[in-house]
Amino acid sequence: MAMPGMIKGLGVTMKTMVRTITQGADTVQYPNVKEEPTPRARGVIALHEENCTSCMLCARECPDWCIYIEGHKYLAPPRREGGKPRQKNALDRFDIDYSLCMYCGICVEVCPFEALFWTPEYEYSEPKIADLLHDKAKLGQWMETVPDFEDYEAGSEAKKLTVPK
Amino acid sequence: MISTFAYELSYWQQTVLRVVGGLVAVLLPAGSFVYLYLFKMMSFMQSRLGPMEAGPYGSLQLLAEVGKFAQKEDLIPERADRMVFKLAPYVVLVSTFLMVIVLPAGPDMLMSNFDVGIYLALAVSSISVIGILMAGWSSANKYSLLGSLRATGQLIAYELPLVLAVVGVVIQAETLNLQGIVFAQAEGDIFGWGGIGNPFIFTQFIGFALFMVAIQAELTQPPFDMPVAESELVTGYLTEYSGMRFLMFFIGEFATAGVFSAMAAVLFLGGWYVPGIDPNSDWFNLLGPAVLFGKMMLVSFFIFWFRISYPRLREDQLQRLAWKVLIPIALVNIVATAVLKVVF
Repeated sequence: MAMPGMIKGLGVTMKTMVRTITQGADTVQYPNVKEEPTPRARGVIALHEENCTSCMLCARECPDWCIYIEGHKYLAPPRREGGKPRQKNALDRFDIDYSLCMYCGICVEVCPFEALFWTPEYEYSEPKIADLLHDKAKLGQWMETVPDFEDYEAGSEAKKLTVPK
Repeated sequence: MISTFAYELSYWQQTVLRVVGGLVAVLLPAGSFVYLYLFKMMSFMQSRLGPMEAGPYGSLQLLAEVGKFAQKEDLIPERADRMVFKLAPYVVLVSTFLMVIVLPAGPDMLMSNFDVGIYLALAVSSISVIGILMAGWSSANKYSLLGSLRATGQLIAYELPLVLAVVGVVIQAETLNLQGIVFAQAEGDIFGWGGIGNPFIFTQFIGFALFMVAIQAELTQPPFDMPVAESELVTGYLTEYSGMRFLMFFIGEFATAGVFSAMAAVLFLGGWYVPGIDPNSDWFNLLGPAVLFGKMMLVSFFIFWFRISYPRLREDQLQRLAWKVLIPIALVNIVATAVLKVVF
């Protein structure tokens, strides 16, 4: 017979109701109260432009192809007198289309130069879907909201990285 | 209804009173169920607060919802049978209004003191099946049709335990008149002690349990909501309805929940009677509706508690429960009641 389980189920809902009335709900009233994002929350991706070499790894690994990168090469003056002019990559365009992004974080993982970071900010919805395409400047602004890396696990030998701000 | 007043009311005045009373009896329970139980209790049982913005504690949310439905476009599918499609919500709503007629809310507070009241109430409650079948067939949508056929099968299957559960009460009260059933409870006694009358929930507890399960299924509330099973059938027979017509089905569903709860209160909890006052006193014409409303809210609390707690049954489980469990128990209950009635 299923009766004991059914009565137990009624008990669960009743207990939850009493707890909600006496101690308050588990949820928060969002626009008035803001929830504290969990550690390492994936809100939005920030770009530290100086570190980007426009290597395109992120754009190629992105499952949604929502990262658009354009760049050009230019010759910087040689460091020493009589040396060869150095070839450098300039980043003309770095856009992430958040209407396509599925927040998998592969771009952040794959970036070899520490140019992309997760930040927990989540309030960037837009009335027009085209406005969800964040350009280089906007992605750069998110850098201010990047939290410091968390401590590594106890006994770790690795040097703790700092977020370039 | 009018006899205790010092003056006689003319026919049109009585009619106005009855129309207003009927509207209140249908809309007030529906509104209070949706706000108190569907918005608030359901939220609390899921550890959230529910609507909080419209009015204090979201109490005006219902008006906002009605306003939203009123604004919506009244869509009718191209292939639909337009006439039947438009008529279906009214048929469902009419069955609810007809059930109110025989519900007593006081010694004189009733629309019609009909001798076979409970019979009429159970009979007109089946009219909603026709409305649902009309809605499903005329929508020209396979989900609607499947949903309405499921609803029909379910309502027919659970009509039987519903009726059979009531038979026990009728045997005990020796009348089909709902007012008579209330008086039988008010004037009865438990082994010679008449302190609280004899609410039939004590002697007919099995009947009460059967009645509650059956009305849960009649109302197509979860765990018996296969006709509108949203994971399988979109919303069953409601799929093609929008705007005010959908709202009418919605009001019909919760108003019927109110009427059935009131019916359970009348049959098993003593109706408008509270112990301590003479059931024939005029006080009950004022107090009765409030008492009945309180008892109705108590009964419907359980309906919505079950609704919130349990997951949906499968279609075959539903039919098996009705035909193999509830109906045999109900028949045994009738036999036992009849035997005990003769013995005592």
